Amino acid sequence: MSHPSSPGHADDTLHVHQGSLRGYLTGFVLAAILTIIPFWLVMGHVFDSHWLTITLVLLLAIVQIFVHIVYFLHLDTHSEGGWNMMAFIFTIVLVVIVLGASIWVMYNENANMMPMSPQYQRSGDS
Amino acid sequence: MPEAMPHRAPVWDFLFGRLTLDSLPFLKPDLEGRIVLVTLVVVALGGVAILGYITKKRLWGYLWHDWFTSVDHKKLGIMYMILGTVMLLRGFSDAIMMRAQQAYAFGPQMGYLPPEHYDQIFSAHGAIMIFFVAMAYIVGLMNYVMPLQIGARDVAFPFLNNLSFWFTFWGAILFMVSLFVGDFSTAGWLGYPPVSELQQGPGVDYYIWGLQLSGVGTLLTGVNFVTTILKMRAPGMTMMKMPVFSWTALCTSGLIIATFPVLTATLLLLSLDRYLGTHFFTSGFGGNVMMYINLIWVWGHPEVYILILPIFGVYSEVVPTFSGKPLFGYSSMVYATVAIMILSYLVWLHHFFTMGSGADVNSFFSLTTMMISIPTGVKIFNWLFTMYRGRVHFTVPMLWTMGFLFTFTIGGMTGVMLSVAPADFLLHNSLFLIAHFHNVIIGGVVFGVFAAVNYWFPKAFGFKLDESWGKASFWFWLVGFWVAFTPLYIMGFMGVTRRLSHFDNPALQPYFIVAAFGALLIALGILAFIIQIYVSIVRRKAYAVGGDPWNGRTLEWSTSSPPPDYNFAFIPNIHARDAWTDMKKHGYRRPLEGFHPIHMPKNTAAGAVIGVLSFLCCFGLVWYIWWLAAASFVGIIVAAIAHTFNYHRDFHIHAEEVREFEHTGNWQAETQGARA
Repeated sequence: MSHPSSPGHADDTLHVHQGSLRGYLTGFVLAAILTIIPFWLVMGHVFDSHWLTITLVLLLAIVQIFVHIVYFLHLDTHSEGGWNMMAFIFTIVLVVIVLGASIWVMYNENANMMPMSPQYQRSGDS
Repeated sequence: MPEAMPHRAPVWDFLFGRLTLDSLPFLKPDLEGRIVLVTLVVVALGGVAILGYITKKRLWGYLWHDWFTSVDHKKLGIMYMILGTVMLLRGFSDAIMMRAQQAYAFGPQMGYLPPEHYDQIFSAHGAIMIFFVAMAYIVGLMNYVMPLQIGARDVAFPFLNNLSFWFTFWGAILFMVSLFVGDFSTAGWLGYPPVSELQQGPGVDYYIWGLQLSGVGTLLTGVNFVTTILKMRAPGMTMMKMPVFSWTALCTSGLIIATFPVLTATLLLLSLDRYLGTHFFTSGFGGNVMMYINLIWVWGHPEVYILILPIFGVYSEVVPTFSGKPLFGYSSMVYATVAIMILSYLVWLHHFFTMGSGADVNSFFSLTTMMISIPTGVKIFNWLFTMYRGRVHFTVPMLWTMGFLFTFTIGGMTGVMLSVAPADFLLHNSLFLIAHFHNVIIGGVVFGVFAAVNYWFPKAFGFKLDESWGKASFWFWLVGFWVAFTPLYIMGFMGVTRRLSHFDNPALQPYFIVAAFGALLIALGILAFIIQIYVSIVRRKAYAVGGDPWNGRTLEWSTSSPPPDYNFAFIPNIHARDAWTDMKKHGYRRPLEGFHPIHMPKNTAAGAVIGVLSFLCCFGLVWYIWWLAAASFVGIIVAAIAHTFNYHRDFHIHAEEVREFEHTGNWQAETQGARA
């Protein structure tokens, strides 16, 4: 049922992506592969370097996010006249800004703190 | 305090939590108690008078059916504006009390406010002015004007709109209740820890829950408006044909969606610290006080742009209308708005340069802060070039706009001064800062709200506001502002810090006396505004106007004044920016036959009910009345679920009724002439 307040003219830009069996299967296979590889990397001790393993796992996780978004959430440049994509990019930009800059700011704030005795830091009543 | 009454029976503790007779400040025999008592008596008498009047005139049914349960964006907009005005009086009373205290608390004279009370007043003043005056005003304006400008019949989610209003309203009531039951936060308008962590009593909890309520309301409004603008524009109105006010409403709503969750989460963490003993913002156990300050400004800086962007939109409507020209540089205005929206998310650290992030971090945020003045400057020049060689009408909205151009530009320049991090180390937390942000918020937001009220009032009510009282209000505000805040700029340079209730140096007293005199002038400005409204209502027959009193340019002026519930009998096709000017140029004739039934949302009591329940829930949380909090929380859930089973949400206005209104409504004279 369309919302009571939406007059007919609002619906002509509506473009609902239903997805297909083929699309869901592709997504499922890709997601499964992208899940198995990190497990294999960690459990099989494939690389000696921890950092290399962690970096690879994180990269695969990012690819995994995009697989979910494209195949399961059906985000593409056409849905809702492109506004979904716009909102998505806006969200990514803001999240990166807020998290990235907060980490940067707080790291510097902490690094510039006057040294405190460990005892003082542990006590909760300060 | 409960410890003061050790012998209270457990049943009372259960029933009233930590609320005792000692929590009522007006029962205390000291000066503070007497001030609150007098306020209470005045408020109670005023309240009884208003309620008595409503009862005597049998207006309760009308108010309930036509206003409180209304989902009409126009009525909700008007209710927001009334809420904003009432809260302006409260916030301004706080301001006058502070000015009076600082004007004579020197040396041996301690003034009439103890420091504890003074701290509550400045905390309440700031929080109320931002959340319940400025926010209520801009949400009210967007509510009223935006759907009319884009040719929509209501917002996308009309019930949600009503619910948002009640959340904001009850948040404001929670703040007002703190005046008479318990006390208020002393931690400033942003509730900085450690004060907000350590302050005993209900003050900070009133602050937290009042803001949580209004914050949720604002967030829902943001979602509502973005959807409305993206999905419900009249056919042919592409984004670049949309009026600038609606563009700014879109950008502001986007900022609301992006930032208000940060406020909600931050206050939630603070309340976990206070209620459950967690340590997010303490100095021990891995907590970090600085994280609160970082997070609250991640919300706080975009918030000031949330306030100013729609007001930039107001000026962008007022200036072309009263210059008789299209807006100069429409596209640059749009891009400047979008640029401000993104940049406003990159500057928050300038509020705490002095916390010591180091040179690299400070330089980055210093540069982004300076950059944001560029798109703002673009806007100022666009307004000036619109006026250039235009036929400028010196109406009241135009006076406010020119007062804004002068005042806001100076406020912007002092802002750029503050953005220089080394200078900020001298000016931080000084009266210079206070003067700066009052300069941009009064000179920007408040002036713009008065411009907007004078501009759109005839649309909403069918008669103009009185010109002479409007001009009196403007001049009192403009002169009053500068008299009140120039001394603060000067004292800021001399190093006087904010939030002091007593001074030792008698050389400062003349400055504070001048500032207090300025505040009195502003009081006269507010009084003139109220008289202006009253006089105009009395003379409404003489001031009556048609649908298009200003020779307007945008779609809202094509409807009658006030517009019908359905706004437009036929949704117009849009071919140009300034759609109404275009329609007038092409000899548009309003159709008078062939109407269809119009599909409209039905009023619902659910918003009002959920609003009351959420107030009770928050009141219970403030006073540890757990049964009340739990019961009303369950009530909110039940009411929300019950509302989903309400299948009678819409109805049709009969074609006959539409025809009736289209023939009798209050349109502009020439259209009526053409019909005859």
